[in-house]
Amino acid sequence: MTIYIVRRLLQSVMVLFIITLLVFLSVNVIGNPVDILIDPECDQACRALAMHNFGLDRPIHEQYVVFVWNALHGDLGDSFISKVPAVTLILERLPASLELTVFALLLALIVGIPSGIWAGLKPDAASAKLIMGGSTMGFSVPGFWLALIMIIIFAVELGWLPSSGRGETVEALGIKFSFLTANGLYHLILPAFTLSLYHMALITRLVRAGVRETIFLDFIKFAHAKGLSRQRVLYIHLLKNILIPVVTVLGLEFGGLLAYAVVTETVFAWPGMGKLLLESINVLDRPVIVSYVMLIVVIFITINLVVDILYSLLDPRVRLPGASK
Amino acid sequence: MTISTEANAPTTDTAPSIVRRVETPFRRIVSEFCESRTAVAGFIIFVTILGAAVFAPWISPTDPYDLQTVDILDNRMPPGAQSMTGVVYVLGTDGMGRDMLSAILYGVRISLFVGVVSGVIALLVGMVMGLLAAFYGGVVDTLIMRLVDLKLGFPSILIAMLLLAVLGKGVDKIILALVIVQWANYARVVRATALVERNKEYVEASRCLALSDTSVVFRHILPNCMPPLIVVGTVQVAYAIALEATLSFLGLGLPTTEPSLGLLIANGFEYLMSGKYWISIFPGVALMITIVSINLMGDRLRDVLNPRLQR
Repeated sequence: MTIYIVRRLLQSVMVLFIITLLVFLSVNVIGNPVDILIDPECDQACRALAMHNFGLDRPIHEQYVVFVWNALHGDLGDSFISKVPAVTLILERLPASLELTVFALLLALIVGIPSGIWAGLKPDAASAKLIMGGSTMGFSVPGFWLALIMIIIFAVELGWLPSSGRGETVEALGIKFSFLTANGLYHLILPAFTLSLYHMALITRLVRAGVRETIFLDFIKFAHAKGLSRQRVLYIHLLKNILIPVVTVLGLEFGGLLAYAVVTETVFAWPGMGKLLLESINVLDRPVIVSYVMLIVVIFITINLVVDILYSLLDPRVRLPGASK
Repeated sequence: MTISTEANAPTTDTAPSIVRRVETPFRRIVSEFCESRTAVAGFIIFVTILGAAVFAPWISPTDPYDLQTVDILDNRMPPGAQSMTGVVYVLGTDGMGRDMLSAILYGVRISLFVGVVSGVIALLVGMVMGLLAAFYGGVVDTLIMRLVDLKLGFPSILIAMLLLAVLGKGVDKIILALVIVQWANYARVVRATALVERNKEYVEASRCLALSDTSVVFRHILPNCMPPLIVVGTVQVAYAIALEATLSFLGLGLPTTEPSLGLLIANGFEYLMSGKYWISIFPGVALMITIVSINLMGDRLRDVLNPRLQR
């Protein structure tokens, strides 16, 4: 197990290194930021001075070495626009994004698992067909358009829910949370629902398929024969086996949710880091774009590692390569 | 190969008066596909949309990008309104006074073009990569599959967003970005199938006939990898269309001179709060119907082409 974890960690470091190289090279292809940063009336000498100040006049490999060295010290440069360290800027926005993502994930689980079990147990019932039809729609409706529909229905026509911002926030442990206030929770409903719909559909389908495959297996029959209650068989024996693929997919999809939050945050003006990324792309604020990518990559690699380890703990049949015997 | 022998054989023993339907794999797939009413509905809708997209310049009521006929005074008219010149705007007009129905028809054209072309190119790239990996194994396999893993480890939308931030706007650029985020899905599927096929007797037989590597791979292994590839292909085209719409909505995909459905929806976003719903909603409905129809076909194809479910 330890050997496996060490090997996976080394692999992760390799991936991180490759990504820094890719990101650095590709970001440097994006137009010259000097054109945007310096006022157009600036003459040649003042341009050169500005280039020098940003370190843009040095050869590209030198810039890369400086970049990696600074990155290892947690410094990814200052934002070209707001002159604040890019990492600080991103980290300030991180809680808002995480809040949205975690809520969307919870919502997907709370709705997806029961409806998946229901559709799996009674595949021919009208309600089950409705659930499956709904999940096909959930797959097919593009998130950003769904967001618009939600705004039209619940914010413009009915006026029940707010359509932009985070609402009131409460500071806890130095981080601002909006789900702790009633107003904040109100603001969270629409974005979280929109973000979660695709994953609701995904989890429903996974759980349904799991139920359909598992329910005829011998160990379920045996559990029934042993005289266990229906509830116990369903919720302990059956669910335990179904949750294995769900955990894997969830782990992988958490990152997807975080990335897709860019769209949701933009539509609902949710002040998270996805919205920041899009704004930064539009003004070519390199350090912020790079910091975002680096942060996401680190989050992804960590999640993948955790999922792999969790997987082996949940399912004893999984043999890790390199694990002892 | 099997298709031709089966199709030719029965002609010798059938009586001339009786036309016997010959069971070929293609016919079996078609007839099984048609057993599902929703799949057939999906197919009909998709063909209709495809037809509307191809013939958009001829069937749309107005040319939304001809500045001579578009009247800015007709902007933001609700569905069913009539212009001064007597044109009825069935789906209303947008902020520039363009007829929404025409704009949608032209938009579908661009969306489908981008989705299908990027899907086909990604399929070809992924297919070749997957076949190479499966056939040669060793270093080639490791290299290609590491690349696939690297790609699949990150969400497509993120990669596409960053690529477009680097590349800029344009039809060619968004197609390139969509190919880069899609090829790995095809490569993985082709490799998995080809690995199974590679060890079958017919491959050994064709090798014994001293056929060249290319011939063995493309004429013999590839046709047997097609079923899963077709299933992945339908899902990917639907996905590509949705992704392109999302990127264009964010202002990262297509230039305003080539408005796909995503861009039309984005244009209507600013009027949403003032209750002018039709500018955003109708292009979105068109987008959704397109994606749903492809997904319905894909669902059925998955069942029909799945060897584990074959009757």
